[in-house]
Amino acid sequence: MLSYLSKRLLLALVTLVLVSFIVFLASDVLPGDVGRTILGNFATQAQVHALDVKLGLDHPLLDRYWIWVSHFVRGDWGTSYTLQVPVFGLVMRHFLNSLILGAFALVLIVPVSIAFGVLAATHHDRPIDKAISVTGMSMLALPEFVTGIVVLVLFSIVVHWFPVSSSVPVFSLPSIVRNLFLPALPEMVLIFGYVSRMARAGTVEALNAGYTRTAVLKGLPRHRIMLRHVLRNSLLPTITVVAVQAGYLVGSLIVVETIFNYPGIGNLIYTAATNHDQPVLQAAVFLVALVYTVTNLMADMLYAVFNPRVRLAS
Amino acid sequence: MSAVGLEATRAARLDSRRARARAVLGQLVRSASFDVGAIIVVFWVVDAIFWHVMVPQDPQALNPLAALQGPTAAHWFGTDWLGRDVFSRTLAGATSVLEIAPLATLLGIAGGTIVGLVTGYYGGAVDALVMRLVDAFLAFPLVIIAVLVLALLGTSEITVIVLIGVIFTPVVSRTVRSVVLVERDKEYVASARLRGEGDWYIMTAEILPNVTTPIIVESTVRLGYAIFTAATLSFLSLGIQQPSPDWGLTISLGRQYLQIAPWIVLFPAIALATLVVAVNLVADSVQQVMAR
Repeated sequence: MLSYLSKRLLLALVTLVLVSFIVFLASDVLPGDVGRTILGNFATQAQVHALDVKLGLDHPLLDRYWIWVSHFVRGDWGTSYTLQVPVFGLVMRHFLNSLILGAFALVLIVPVSIAFGVLAATHHDRPIDKAISVTGMSMLALPEFVTGIVVLVLFSIVVHWFPVSSSVPVFSLPSIVRNLFLPALPEMVLIFGYVSRMARAGTVEALNAGYTRTAVLKGLPRHRIMLRHVLRNSLLPTITVVAVQAGYLVGSLIVVETIFNYPGIGNLIYTAATNHDQPVLQAAVFLVALVYTVTNLMADMLYAVFNPRVRLAS
Repeated sequence: MSAVGLEATRAARLDSRRARARAVLGQLVRSASFDVGAIIVVFWVVDAIFWHVMVPQDPQALNPLAALQGPTAAHWFGTDWLGRDVFSRTLAGATSVLEIAPLATLLGIAGGTIVGLVTGYYGGAVDALVMRLVDAFLAFPLVIIAVLVLALLGTSEITVIVLIGVIFTPVVSRTVRSVVLVERDKEYVASARLRGEGDWYIMTAEILPNVTTPIIVESTVRLGYAIFTAATLSFLSLGIQQPSPDWGLTISLGRQYLQIAPWIVLFPAIALATLVVAVNLVADSVQQVMAR
């Protein structure tokens, strides 16, 4: 068990180092002339050069990588080129906003998705299963901006229930629902697709497993078989998916937050990318990758804790 | 084994593969979700190629006097902010996404197959290194990589195709590698090695034909994602540029008229939704039939 966990931890660390290098390379090499981008077309070459020196862009690549990483670890993420504010606070504030939005969507939809997935599995290959599966698949396939637009037309324009543009809620239930429900809907559609599908697949497998047949033949009551034999095994893969999905949600947040004008990390990455705001972009993208790697790691560990076969195999 | 015997087994193998392909096709045609999906996909592909003869009006013809009109007999889906016919533009809008997505998929599948074959077959240090790189790459949501690269590099149709293809390569390579790992320990590979065949021959002529099923399944799934990604990039104005009738772009530009002229975005959105759902219906059926 311990050796499995430490091996997994080590792998995650290696991945993180590579991730940091990719982020650095992508945001450092691609923008080309940073000084020129900031100062615009009317600055003299001398001014551009002076700014490049001030930003440390005249150092060799590996030096700059090291400077960036060592500062990043200490929480010194630099200053935004366009907003002239410290990057750490900026990125963290937007990240927290996205976290609130994501958590809201997850809490509402995950139990529902699991329930529908299990319902589909217990009615395997019957019309109710077909209906749930095709609905879930379609929800998964639709781009977020399509669901986002439809949601916006329905709830803000046809019936004026929700504001067209969302802000971060103050801590009261009406405010939370009012500001988060619409932007959370496209996310929920996506999560429902994933989670119900996983829950269904896991449950179908567990229902057909030998241990379930043994339990049925032993004459155990049905609800007991479902709880102790089927669900315990079928929900394992679902946990992994929910965790991995938490990281991937950030990708869909770019679109959703742009549509609803919600000040989250996706919105920040999009504006930073279009404005060539390199420090913000580096920090925000690395944070996203960090979260993804850590959630993935936790999912694997949870899986190992719950599943004796994984735990003991190593 | 004599040369004649070798030819005979090869012919027999080819025959059994053909028979299997026919069986798979038969099962697919009998699946309702495949039929529905395939009909919609074929409709959009035909439309993407022949929209010139299908549109009632020139999708680019401006008519400022007739701007922002709701659906009428003259303009079935209404007109946009420049008075262009939304029906004609919706039909013409399929072309860009159906150019980008298949090419990007092809590129990703080709790249991923090569990487997967090589890493899976050789194993060892190269495999470990490449797979760590793949892990690191997959830690970024695909759309974020795309936004990053396109915002910094600038965009064009070719850039979008190459980018989506490159983004898909690690994902595909992981799938291909996992099946190659199983195949490489089988007897036919050992016997090819004893015959003295080279590594490249074994990979392409022996292993590759035996891993086509997962590659075909992966291709159909990837095609759905490619349409999804290409449309999303257009929507973020990082893909196809104006004045293309591209669906994602139209939805992005038409958003500001949402309150007064929702038909501008609604019809391209419905068109895109039918296409992605149809491709996924096909992919899902292919996956189910081929997994058996």
